[in-house]
Amino acid sequence: MADRPASSHSNRGNLPPLSLHVPEPPYRPGDPVDYSWLDIPPAGTAPRPDEACEAAETHPLCHGLIRVLDEDHRAVGAWDPRLDPETLRRMLRVMAMTRAFDDRMYRGQRQGKTSFYMKCTGEEATSVASAFALADDDMVFPSYRQQGILIARGYPIVEMINQIYSNRADKLKGRQLPIMYSSREHSFFTISGNLATQYPQAVGWAMASAIRGDTRIAASWIGEGSSAEGDAHAAFTFATVFNAPVVFNVVNNQWAISSFSGFAGGERATFAARAVGYGLAGLRVDGNDALAVYAAVRWAANRARANKGPTLIEHFTYRAEGHSTSDDPSQYRSAQEREEWPLGDPVMRLKRHLISLGEWSVEAHQAMDRELVEQVKAATKEAEKNGILGHGLHHPFHTMFEDVYEELPWHLKDQSEQAMHERRVKWPDWKET
Amino acid sequence: MSALEEGPVTLADAPVRRLNMIEAINEALHLMMARDDSVVVFGEDVGYFGGVFRATAGLQKTFGKSRVFDTPINECGIIGAAVGMAAYGLRPVPEIQFADYIYPGYDQLVSEAARLRYRSAGEFIAPITVRSPFGGGIFGGQTHSQSPEALFTHVAGLKVVIPSTPHDAKGLLIAAIEDNDPVIFFEPKRIYNGPFNGYYDKPVEPWARHPDSEVPEGYYSIPLGKARIVREGEALTVLAYGTMIHVAEAVLAEKGVDAEIIDLRTLLPLDIETVKKSVEKTGKCLIVHEATRTGGFGGELSALVQEHCFYHLEAPIERVTGFDTPYPHSLEWAYFPGPVRIGEAVDRLLASGGRRAAPGGRNDAVRNG
Repeated sequence: MADRPASSHSNRGNLPPLSLHVPEPPYRPGDPVDYSWLDIPPAGTAPRPDEACEAAETHPLCHGLIRVLDEDHRAVGAWDPRLDPETLRRMLRVMAMTRAFDDRMYRGQRQGKTSFYMKCTGEEATSVASAFALADDDMVFPSYRQQGILIARGYPIVEMINQIYSNRADKLKGRQLPIMYSSREHSFFTISGNLATQYPQAVGWAMASAIRGDTRIAASWIGEGSSAEGDAHAAFTFATVFNAPVVFNVVNNQWAISSFSGFAGGERATFAARAVGYGLAGLRVDGNDALAVYAAVRWAANRARANKGPTLIEHFTYRAEGHSTSDDPSQYRSAQEREEWPLGDPVMRLKRHLISLGEWSVEAHQAMDRELVEQVKAATKEAEKNGILGHGLHHPFHTMFEDVYEELPWHLKDQSEQAMHERRVKWPDWKET
Repeated sequence: MSALEEGPVTLADAPVRRLNMIEAINEALHLMMARDDSVVVFGEDVGYFGGVFRATAGLQKTFGKSRVFDTPINECGIIGAAVGMAAYGLRPVPEIQFADYIYPGYDQLVSEAARLRYRSAGEFIAPITVRSPFGGGIFGGQTHSQSPEALFTHVAGLKVVIPSTPHDAKGLLIAAIEDNDPVIFFEPKRIYNGPFNGYYDKPVEPWARHPDSEVPEGYYSIPLGKARIVREGEALTVLAYGTMIHVAEAVLAEKGVDAEIIDLRTLLPLDIETVKKSVEKTGKCLIVHEATRTGGFGGELSALVQEHCFYHLEAPIERVTGFDTPYPHSLEWAYFPGPVRIGEAVDRLLASGGRRAAPGGRNDAVRNG
């Protein structure tokens, strides 16, 4: 069509020319932030359908927000999970531990002890309360920001630090980027750096559980940003086609590195609303309300376990820190967003709830925080005995070539010998230990 | 080489029938599903219908819908689900209807299945066998004809297997399903029904007249990573796999060349010893594949042969491949690396250098300067 007249595009009378819409977040660095436009329904107002209901009955909930903790820190409404104070205190402790751990590891990275770290500050409830709502042997397929699940399941934090330092005690043999944990023993699937790949995998695991007549279910987490990946579409389609016992969590923390949720479609619809087109059950929950998160995940888990099918849960929350230690959010978003976030801080909200119940106190919380800081510090020292990244105390050299295949093929044997040879050229006295 | 000489085969008394390649594959699937209840088979149209090429016919009826089922048209979902099932402890054998359709599942294969064992230090593995018909010659046009094996041989953690006969298809598929690493099992669909030899203007012989259609009943496996010497010879070595075995065999027979033809069977890991031994003996090497040339597996083979056998080579290594274009529909036979292209390469090889007088001859002189 090269010979078409250049002006032919304007041949439609008085129609204005087309223009491309490129989403723009409401606030950039320096902008004052006002979240009054956000529709935040009061706590306790969302109806709670039966766990075995038709998926369509949940769809109005995809446009609302399930909230349990009200402005006076009371648990209200049909979604109140009515947890006993001991469970609430344990949940609070794991969330506080997750935060203390994040703070220490972030500083460790800044001190050069490792290459990389990712905090989940502000999002602790989305993983910790979820873990409390699942059975410990339900298989989780997490993204990189669900460290709270591992901590909730009692994975030793010293092992987490060994992994972060890629040291000689790292159970993953120094092969994975820090925080890409794996623990089969804790039903915690190996984390991938390629986003959303875990979603169809979780469906496959859930299908296998159903094929085998098991009672365990699967749960997976992605961010709102990676919900744009084709893997999410594959997972939703497979899950509904095969009625897989799986819980899909989309942690909508508003930001995918520097791209706001609008680049994943958030301007036009909620992420929970994707459930509608697939025939999934869908829930949208205040992700900073640990009780609401617990209640929603428990609802979905019970539904899945009763063979009533998969659920998509959007956790509406805010990424209070940078994407990772390699990111500087002050370059692309207003610092005021975090301060003005209308759904508060999940740790503080649960703490105030427990205090309002007369089951906790400011002093007890301070003492717990101090204790957790000490615990993390001690674990860090313990892990440092096994080395920090780049200081020689890594796994034996030859392990680099292991586990590519079950058995070492000839070409990897050759390459392993070459690597050993290079080592000896550089350090003539070197011996593999 | 008969089945009885290979690996763990103990079939001296097993009845032998003549099967085509689809029947052999179907038999392997039936057998493995019966032996191991963790084996599950799924993919587009594989369930009730039994697959567009009938490879999974009868499986659903025998083993039930929860172990053999159709899937949505979503290769990312098929492979992704297979990875999750493998993590659970199943042994999935998904079918990708045409190798041309595998790309939406590529990330799940390359970044996930291939790396699970490594990145989890052995906690999670992916014993998945992805079956997929590949290759052209069926007037399938550009999206039902491709040979993408090199996109998988480049990936650490995958194995790539390509059978060329019914006998091998059964034994290799059984070995692939039993393997604890992910295997890409490409089935040359042009030879499903008969050993097509590249002479497209002549009728294709049915498998029944080919000795390698003799398939023993019952279980046998052919170890992955072991090549098969199709024909021993002295004049030159042919390295090939899949359909091209039969094409090369026909061309060389027609020309009356005493070639040694090696069916690689497994591209990754490669049986370098068999390749080395043969090229050292013949001094000349012809590599044949149907896939496009640039970046094809032939380049890797060529590099390996010169690294391992340089001082035994008497002529430049010849590569005969498909052209670097998409597979053209109407000009399929102009694209296909057929008898003319192979024949001329053979002529060049034979004209070049010459037979060595004896070991320690010309090549050793070259080596010693």
